[in-house]
Amino acid sequence: MSQVSPTSDIAISLKGVTKIFGSDPERALDMLRRGVGKTEVQAETGNVVGLDDVSLAIERGQIFVVMGLSGSGKSTLIRHVNRLIEPTSGEIIVGGDNVLEMDDAALRKFRQTRIAMVFQKFALMPHRSVIENVAYGLEIRGVRREERLERAAKWIEIVGLKGYEKTRPRQLSGGQQQRVGLARALAMDTDIVLMDEAFSALDPLIRAGMQEQLLELQQSLNKTILFITHDFDEALKIGNRIAVLKDGAVQQVAHPEEIVLRPANAHIEEFVRDVNKARAIHVGTIMERGAFEACELAVPAGARCEDVLPLFADHRWVGVTGESGEQIGRLSATQVIKALARYSAAPPAAAVVTEAA
Amino acid sequence: MFPEIIDTRPLRRAIDDSLTWVVANWGGALEAAAYPLLMLLRGIEDFLVAVPWWVIILVLVGVAWLASRRWQLPALVLGALLFLGVMDLWRDAMTTTALMVAATLTAVVVSIPVGVWMSRSTRVRNMVAPVLDLMQTLPSFVYLIPTVMIFGPGKIPALLATIVYAAPPLVRLTDLGLRNVDPAVMEATRAFGASPSQRLFGVQIPLALPTILAGVNQTTMMALSMVVIASMIGAGGLGYQVLQGIGRLEVSRGLFAGLGIVALAIIFDRVTQAFGRQLQSRVGVQEAAR
Repeated sequence: MSQVSPTSDIAISLKGVTKIFGSDPERALDMLRRGVGKTEVQAETGNVVGLDDVSLAIERGQIFVVMGLSGSGKSTLIRHVNRLIEPTSGEIIVGGDNVLEMDDAALRKFRQTRIAMVFQKFALMPHRSVIENVAYGLEIRGVRREERLERAAKWIEIVGLKGYEKTRPRQLSGGQQQRVGLARALAMDTDIVLMDEAFSALDPLIRAGMQEQLLELQQSLNKTILFITHDFDEALKIGNRIAVLKDGAVQQVAHPEEIVLRPANAHIEEFVRDVNKARAIHVGTIMERGAFEACELAVPAGARCEDVLPLFADHRWVGVTGESGEQIGRLSATQVIKALARYSAAPPAAAVVTEAA
Repeated sequence: MFPEIIDTRPLRRAIDDSLTWVVANWGGALEAAAYPLLMLLRGIEDFLVAVPWWVIILVLVGVAWLASRRWQLPALVLGALLFLGVMDLWRDAMTTTALMVAATLTAVVVSIPVGVWMSRSTRVRNMVAPVLDLMQTLPSFVYLIPTVMIFGPGKIPALLATIVYAAPPLVRLTDLGLRNVDPAVMEATRAFGASPSQRLFGVQIPLALPTILAGVNQTTMMALSMVVIASMIGAGGLGYQVLQGIGRLEVSRGLFAGLGIVALAIIFDRVTQAFGRQLQSRVGVQEAAR
């Protein structure tokens, strides 16, 4: 179920990254290493533990989602990857280079050429037009004016803002502004894109549209995307892998389905309880495996439960096909309902009472 | 009475003596150092006096129209300038304008870099802020007397006193404007690998420009409010007319010259404010502050 293969290479690797905010990080770090709890460390030294021994390996070409509530340290974490924040200790390797060993010039070069970022509050420059905003990263990199405007125009078209090139950002809606932010990052043509709660400030419908667009773009771009969110549904929808962060520490790193089916602890279970399981569970996991007579309709094993549910209106059985297109199993509405129910939490109290009566 | 704890006389004498020593040994050098300022002031004044009155009226009314794109402001400027001309205050008004413009230009050159420096370090800010407070609250006569002793009465001490009094708001507002630039935007510039100077000149200053311009506006107003004091030590201009009016108990002379200062203040205040509003809507600062 997990898609980790030993041969695939790692684009971003964090090892034991710890960040302590405060006046005396060394002392706090020392206490932390001796096993003192975060609350006690804060009480005694006044320093706040932002990240606690975070280790992550992010594969090339993946959308890797870091999920956590506010204050969990997820925004701090993403800023370590391009060193907007310096860690107190640990190691950060991006594309084989040690980010922490770079001097100022090398770090600027690294940010100009290797890594781009999309921000929660868009962070567009109000005094520049849309096309100048999109071309900003290329301008900093030193790309000729004609070329950078040409490339910016191409990306503006791709994100669906053609005709808005000369507009000021403030004249655009939130969703349009974030498209500009996305185009600005993608115009850099870097292998790695950091997205810090990129869609969190948008209305639900706009957000869903942006998620679709990101997935669609990713099909052709195949970038390594580190995506931060507090929205578990969003994480399930776009993530190839999900890391759950709480109080600066990683709780679980897994394939989305695995997190839904087997939450590592009570904290994650709380997220899972409210989640749309029909979206997270794939038909391949719950199908009746075997060679049955061919069904009229078939879906690939990677399809989500929510995608097959409408099909049961007209069909009793829906076939499930493997990678080469042959039918490897089948599925009925009952099986789907059972699967969704099985992974639910205990039935609501009211239901228990009725049953007993 | 407060008991005498120490004898302050030696301290006073030391200060007085050291000033005398500075005047004797450094007077010439300081005067030479201030010479460019004098040239600037003279140049502006000679230019304003040499240009025919109607050209100045045309230019200022035109600038007022460019700044506001409406007829009200140009009409106000025209009225104020005609008042100065009709009341026989034109030449004095030009002298006063030259002093104000020279002081403002010097203040811009000095204050903006200091403001930039303050905005980048809290320590510098904590050090400079009390100096600015001192410059604004210390009665101007206190530093006027030593400057007159060094440079002799004339335009240089008048100009220096005006600069000292008028520069602080520009420093403060430059600092404020730069600090108030949306931190998210500044973080984005870092994330894209911009160098400190690219960030300062490409993003921070353009976004802070409306606030900086408000500082320039404040500086012109403060400079105008110094003209009477400046004229006591030889700056001439409208302030001198006010002084004469007081000295000769000619209420009308003082009143008209005073109204002339007000007329100048209205012109420069409204025009710089109109430019500020225009800039603000172009930069879209309201949006950034949201």
